[in-house]
Amino acid sequence: MVNCMRDVIIIGAGVVGASVARALSAYQADVLVLEKECEMCMGTSKANSALVHAGFDAKPGSRKAEFNVSGSRMMEQLCRELDVPYSRDGALVLAFSEEEKGVLQELYDRGVKNGVNEMEILDAEAVKSLEPHVSDRVAGALYAGSAALVCPFLLTTALCENAYVNGVEFAFEEEVTGIEKMTDASGKVAGYQIQTPKASYQARCVINCAGVYADTLHNMVSSRKYHITPVRGEYCLLDRSEGGLVQHTLFRVPSAKGKGVLVTRTVHGNILLGPTAEPGNDKESTATTAKGLERVLAETKDMVNDIDVGKVITSFAGLRAHEDGGDFVIGVAEDAPCFYDALGIESPGLSAAPAIGCFLAELVSGENGFAKKPSEDFHPYRKGIPAFARMSNEERNDVIRSNPAYGNIICRCEEITEGEILEAIRRPLGARTLDGIKRRVRAGMGRCQSGFCMPKLTEILARELGQELTDITKSGEGSRILEKESRRKSDDSI
Amino acid sequence: MEKRRELICIKCPKGCRIAVAMDGDEVVGVEGNSCPRGEEYVRKEITSPTRMVTSTVRLIGSDMNVMPVRLSGEITKGKIFDVMKEIRKCQVKAPVRMGEVLITDVCGLGVDVVAAAEALDVLG
Amino acid sequence: MIAYDLVIVGGGPAGLAAAVSAKENGVDSILILERENRLGGILNQCIHNGFGLHTFQEELTGTEYAYRYIQKVKELGIDYKVSAFVTDINVQKQITAAVRGEGLLEVQANAIILAMGCRERSRGALNIAGTRPAGIFSAGTAQYFVNVLGIMPGKEVVILGSGDIGLIMARRMTLEGAHVKCVAEILPKSGGLQRNIVQCLEDYDIPLRLSHTVIEIHGEKRLTGVTLAAVDEKLKSIPGTEEYIPCDTLLLSVGLIPENELTRQLPVTMLPETKGPKVDAGMQTDLPGVFACGNVVRVYDLVDNVSAAAVVAGRSAAEYLRE
Repeated sequence: MVNCMRDVIIIGAGVVGASVARALSAYQADVLVLEKECEMCMGTSKANSALVHAGFDAKPGSRKAEFNVSGSRMMEQLCRELDVPYSRDGALVLAFSEEEKGVLQELYDRGVKNGVNEMEILDAEAVKSLEPHVSDRVAGALYAGSAALVCPFLLTTALCENAYVNGVEFAFEEEVTGIEKMTDASGKVAGYQIQTPKASYQARCVINCAGVYADTLHNMVSSRKYHITPVRGEYCLLDRSEGGLVQHTLFRVPSAKGKGVLVTRTVHGNILLGPTAEPGNDKESTATTAKGLERVLAETKDMVNDIDVGKVITSFAGLRAHEDGGDFVIGVAEDAPCFYDALGIESPGLSAAPAIGCFLAELVSGENGFAKKPSEDFHPYRKGIPAFARMSNEERNDVIRSNPAYGNIICRCEEITEGEILEAIRRPLGARTLDGIKRRVRAGMGRCQSGFCMPKLTEILARELGQELTDITKSGEGSRILEKESRRKSDDSI
Repeated sequence: MEKRRELICIKCPKGCRIAVAMDGDEVVGVEGNSCPRGEEYVRKEITSPTRMVTSTVRLIGSDMNVMPVRLSGEITKGKIFDVMKEIRKCQVKAPVRMGEVLITDVCGLGVDVVAAAEALDVLG
Repeated sequence: MIAYDLVIVGGGPAGLAAAVSAKENGVDSILILERENRLGGILNQCIHNGFGLHTFQEELTGTEYAYRYIQKVKELGIDYKVSAFVTDINVQKQITAAVRGEGLLEVQANAIILAMGCRERSRGALNIAGTRPAGIFSAGTAQYFVNVLGIMPGKEVVILGSGDIGLIMARRMTLEGAHVKCVAEILPKSGGLQRNIVQCLEDYDIPLRLSHTVIEIHGEKRLTGVTLAAVDEKLKSIPGTEEYIPCDTLLLSVGLIPENELTRQLPVTMLPETKGPKVDAGMQTDLPGVFACGNVVRVYDLVDNVSAAAVVAGRSAAEYLRE
């Protein structure tokens, strides 16, 4: 099957692809997003530190520095437009020796060069008063007030939803296996033919936001070759009961060994510990290791007292898309006109995503003559799914009366109601899997890790999608939850 | 020739360790049991062990998906899977009363499969 | 705001027995709040026998045991509300519950009995390394799928932890045609009842691997196998003992934790060793008029003992209300 020629195909529905799609949806262009998984936000965007970095880390003049600082400035407004949880908690880079204290000044100076505001170097006493659980060995810290927390799941989902509402099409379970240039009679590149196992697509422009696979796709069309190494980062997540442990995101001074681990609250009030940094060559390998998890716990306990290992509710690993050059590669590919890359987007990729999205949307539109839509045709606002857990009693009463499903609490730990779950499924680009529900409304994200709600979620999904219970998956094809009907009523005739 | 065997009683949660002295096939001594049920259990367990079977049967016309069931008495251990086969085939329609016989004389073993819960008739 | 002398949070075995006991000791105005859509709590999925020897002097299934109490609650005319999820509770003994189809229910109580039960420890709490595929269930979740929904979660099964629910599920899955490859227990001794080792494992030749644990989980989408290893006396895995076991299902029966999220909203002393509230001989917490019973206080082996503790709580609450 060959589809009609589109203006733009975006490959990848992670936070970068979603940001580009949403930014492009403000232009008059015919845009399609191809995603290999069954939903958005299933690669690196779902397993990272969920932070908006201030921007003092990256080398001045690098793409990382530029996009981190501008992305971080855009994030709050974007989250407001899309009704995504964002919290500017600020960050502290902790120094544990005089030598490390020296590095704080370097970071500060780098931050100034990168255009980071609200920085200050604090002495040990000031750090302890801000963060009483920090180890007594702390010698000082760099404070960065513009660092923030964001929910990467909701950000990516909201960007996709909003792009969709503004006319962007999405095709899931479409893994790109080949890209070829199409030339016109004069031999000029006129577009690209994109192959998936199911179909063939054509587009005048391609935007490559394929995460750890962006090198493979780029190398199909350009003679300038790139190489991405997946660098695994392992994390442990603590129960919300531990949410008061820290008030800021706590980093360590980077050492020769790397950036080191962090301790942070999440926007939902859990505590996140990690990540490790383990380069590998398997782009699907998001398994945690006993060694990695031990390291996360040992190193974070070295920074912060009172981390209770008994409160770990889950652990996970994500892959950073590290390009050999060490910087983001953003822009048009060499000798492949109208093929644009967002490649090597490792940390601070989440922070940079809004800026990358806008930059590429402007670049692509400028080069290809897509005009801005009249303002009445672009709707930048999206309403999130109202969260029962965060409502006042009055609001709860009202919402249950107007929508009885809100009176049925399905996930006990996070107090997520059937109303929210139905909404997560019924929305545009709605949830199709248990993980999809979890990422949208947090059902199953709590301390019992879906022990109680998994059967109910499976039933609700099956009912809503018109499928059998045995068809329901955790995360798409191959991940069925259940094996077979053993006793369930087969028919109602006896 | 006297032989000794040790069995764990399954008659109650206590799980007594009961020593049985055997002369050939004959039980000649029992010790370690804390109640008469223990002795009864080991004697039977050595000659012809029996078990309770609990499961569910298909249920229609109810808001419950399945009806929990049990046997009216224990059966020979070797017949458990035969009984399960019958239970799997069975389908009942609400209303079902607690204790209602759902399969009479299952596999000719002289016990019935009975309802171990109650299902109201919600679909009329 | 409506008012009751006694509000019982939870309509499982503890809450039901406490309600009956309070009523029999003279409390007339009682309300049970149950979050599920029917009374009975976890007993509704316990279709196996072995309940009631102490309480009723006969061996019942879990559902039969629950039925007796539910009938009693109905006979005694005790008020109850199902699909009522308590969200808030305060020191003035005001309770707020979200009630399906109705809205918020606010109740003023003179005494409260907490009977919320417990939950299972999850894979996350064990911090087992590896992938995060489908096919990993706590034993109770699998029990719900099989016994309440009538659907099998898998066919090649490894069970980690030899708690009673794990042992019971080993037999249950086997009876439904699954192949239970082994039950692994990190300790040198099973935490389950001896009778369950005999009638759930030995009867079906299911190996119990003591001093073994799962150290890694394999499979990207659905579970494909686990790595089992022997552990030393410090419960650390012993290098060289790793063994790959292919399976599509891993059931976890690795302990229960009292569910005290509501209790923590009250100024009640919690005991770290039980993870439940501190209670006196009458099952009263150190907040006068607030009682607790059943697995919310500490995890019990037997439901009969839960009922016995609940009888005490009901009686004490009645005494408290008389004073």
